[in-house]
Amino acid sequence: MIELDQVSVTYAGADRPVLSDVSLTIPEGELCLVVGHTGSGKSTLLRALNGLVPHFSGGELRGRVTVDGRDTRTHRPRDLADVVGVVGQDPMSGFVTDLVEDELAYGMESLGLSHDVMRKRVEETLDLLGIAELRNRPLATLSGGQRQRVAIGSVLTTHPRVLVLDEPTSALDPQAAEEVLATLTRLVHDLGLTVVLAEHRLERVVQYADRVVYLPGNGEALVSGEPGDVMSTVPIVPPVVELGRLAGWSPLPLSVRDARRRAGELRSRLATVAHSGGVEAAADPRNAPRTDRLAAIRDLVVTYRGGTHALRGIDLDLRSGEVTALMGRNGAGKSTLLGTLVSLVAPTSGTVDVGGLTPSEVKPRELVREVGLVPQEPADLLYADTVAAECATADHDAGADPGTCLGLFAMLAPGVPDDQHPRDLSEGQRLTLALAIVLTARPRLVLLDEPTRGLDYGAKRRLVRALHQLRAEGHGLVLATHDVELVAEVADRVVVLGDGEVVADGPTSDVIVASPAFAPQVAKVLAPQPWLTVSEVAAALEPAS
Amino acid sequence: MRAVHRLTYSRSLHPGAWWLWALGLAAAASRTRNPVVLLLIVAVSGLVVAARRSDAPWARAYNAFLKLALLVIVIRVVLQAVLSESSQGVTVLFTLPEVPLPEALAGIKLGGEITAEAVLQAFYDGLQLATILVCVGAANALASARRLLRCVPGALYEVGVATVVALTFAPQLITDAGRVRAAHRLRGHTNRGWRMFTRTAMPVLEGALERSVELAAAMDSRGYGRTTDASRVSRRTTAALTFGGLLGVCVGVYGLLDAGAAALLGLPSLLLGLLLAGVGLALGGRRTRRTRYRPDPWALPEWLVAASGLTAAVGLFVTAAVDPASLVLAGPLVIPEVPWIAVLGVLAAAAPAVVAPPTPAYAPSPPLPTREPTEVAA
Repeated sequence: MIELDQVSVTYAGADRPVLSDVSLTIPEGELCLVVGHTGSGKSTLLRALNGLVPHFSGGELRGRVTVDGRDTRTHRPRDLADVVGVVGQDPMSGFVTDLVEDELAYGMESLGLSHDVMRKRVEETLDLLGIAELRNRPLATLSGGQRQRVAIGSVLTTHPRVLVLDEPTSALDPQAAEEVLATLTRLVHDLGLTVVLAEHRLERVVQYADRVVYLPGNGEALVSGEPGDVMSTVPIVPPVVELGRLAGWSPLPLSVRDARRRAGELRSRLATVAHSGGVEAAADPRNAPRTDRLAAIRDLVVTYRGGTHALRGIDLDLRSGEVTALMGRNGAGKSTLLGTLVSLVAPTSGTVDVGGLTPSEVKPRELVREVGLVPQEPADLLYADTVAAECATADHDAGADPGTCLGLFAMLAPGVPDDQHPRDLSEGQRLTLALAIVLTARPRLVLLDEPTRGLDYGAKRRLVRALHQLRAEGHGLVLATHDVELVAEVADRVVVLGDGEVVADGPTSDVIVASPAFAPQVAKVLAPQPWLTVSEVAAALEPAS
Repeated sequence: MRAVHRLTYSRSLHPGAWWLWALGLAAAASRTRNPVVLLLIVAVSGLVVAARRSDAPWARAYNAFLKLALLVIVIRVVLQAVLSESSQGVTVLFTLPEVPLPEALAGIKLGGEITAEAVLQAFYDGLQLATILVCVGAANALASARRLLRCVPGALYEVGVATVVALTFAPQLITDAGRVRAAHRLRGHTNRGWRMFTRTAMPVLEGALERSVELAAAMDSRGYGRTTDASRVSRRTTAALTFGGLLGVCVGVYGLLDAGAAALLGLPSLLLGLLLAGVGLALGGRRTRRTRYRPDPWALPEWLVAASGLTAAVGLFVTAAVDPASLVLAGPLVIPEVPWIAVLGVLAAAAPAVVAPPTPAYAPSPPLPTREPTEVAA
């Protein structure tokens, strides 16, 4: 169905190709997962499939890309619209109309299909994706998962043979991601559609893939094959595969179900090793004694215009040397709660106390010395044209010694040239720069909103290291996140919000192990034993073996 | 009778009908400064909007336009009363300290005596513009501009899409600016001054540019422009015809609405313009093979709604011909007359509150708490 023959892509002004000499065949009816680090050329590969590269992006493409027999050299993206459907990273920015039904019809209108055909296909697509009840809804009122499904529907109505998706679940909470992935597998199984998707969150998708393509970047040859084979060799793997490698299982498990069926022996081995309260637990810095209180929230209510209650009576204490994870579905009030701590959101009633200050009553300049927030879009914080200038402004704002911010950044993300434009940094580097800027003011409480969105495994590992280091220095940390694996790695305490109320609040292992939605893969495999991460298991097995 | 002709059959009305209705009211407002008629027009538009607007996000446009209209009146009153020519009437309300101005600005005074005549005159002038704004707001609330653009003829399709993109662009810019300003508070900046503006502008414009490119890529990969293939000559002919025609229409409308313009300008150029534009659109429409999904029907309710708006305009035009004195006030302090024909015409425009079909409910889930903070303490 898709044929890439010795494809190299070089963008204008770049000194080396993003993709070099890529040859790849994807047969019809496969779900193909493309993995790789940020900057390894995943998006370029996907966009080459419908000719956006090079027709739209510019640059030079050598070699040949054919989809369903059509060569992208002679076919522009619009000429491939009936063969390839492309859904971008942010579905909202690709919507042309403002009602769900019109959006579904848009592509067919462009192709000039007859009225009868359009009516029929819209109805079919609404049913196929389970979005019939959304047909009259304005697009702006949809949730993230619904938007993603409408975006998929809007390209399906032209009956393409290939569906291309760029990180379809990275911005979604676990439940919404499930909806989207269930939809995709259904399309592959029922319609025989060929699906190509790129995703960083491997733990969500690898089990559904028929083929995994690994792009190592740096001009090395790509690896393509059965998921089990590819996963045994590549450096980026989900926790369940890592656990399988540790335990020496073959073939490697790709889903929790596979792993659990093989884990009986491992579970009994682990049962003999003392876990909590044992040798290992004392060594775990998570059990270090908690120290002073950094923030206190009492009976906090936030009501938005229009009467929606974002938060209903929250009580919360945040301490130094403690990492708290805020979890809950989109719209549960996580970001609002963080906003009240940094005075972006004013409480409707109740009190917020941060280091003795009331955030809504002090100047931003004073508040940043107590509490700092890294927002969901780290780029919002940045406006200078080089990393160095950005850091100099941060030093000046915070009254810190010149070089403080740059020093922090170099420590958190070594090896980034400081004359680089912040827009050209990778997602992970940009997050780190924002974190460094926030830390320059030396706040004791640091808040991060959705920090792992769009981060690859390497960037995530560096973030985890940075967070451990900050906690050791006595900072209090709060993460609002959907990423259960991150929570398992770093959080001491989990607070689950539901509809603006605290649903659960307790030590990480207590809260997330039992929860079907929030448990990390390792916990699901080894339940009822309270193991959360592969590194914990590895540490426990070491003295035993 | 087919269901679409029934007045009680719930569906969304053709956007063109709402815009014709609103334009009728706006045309009526443009012919008079009589506050009785103007306030009546505002009341009628409010009634219809309250009765027939949907629960979609754009239905809130009416409130925004109402606020804008009030602002227009306030600005007009303040400017005209405080900063204007020396003699404006005899009924002094109060006296402000007068600022002496240089010779070059003779004829303009700043401060001094504020007269009731000046204030009322400014109020009436402002009210006319405000009423027209409210009419546009009503049209926006009842039928989103995007839906109207869906109905543009095939030849204007590209222009329509460009307008839609621009319409999305503006509100998105405001949302982004709010987010970026909030982010600056996180760096300890206070939101003031020119530096603040440049710091906000950079990320907002960069973000907007990225989004536009993203949208263009999405439209390209969904087949936008695929069915349009025409030679350069035919494209230029169409463009010239359409543009010339629309120019003619503008001149004609101006001639009809402006009482002082030459009669030649009015009806003839409007008709000629319509003809030219029609030919241009028909020619242009032939070259695109684009189809339209579920075009809105134009049935009895549409006729009634459009006609009721036009009745208001006709009522005013008739009054202007029969009894022009009743549409202009003899003096600011005179109690305004009630021009009966005009009033009846405007009242007829309230009919859509009943004859337009009820709007179907979108039944949206409760709105998610928005990511941008809505209430920020200073």
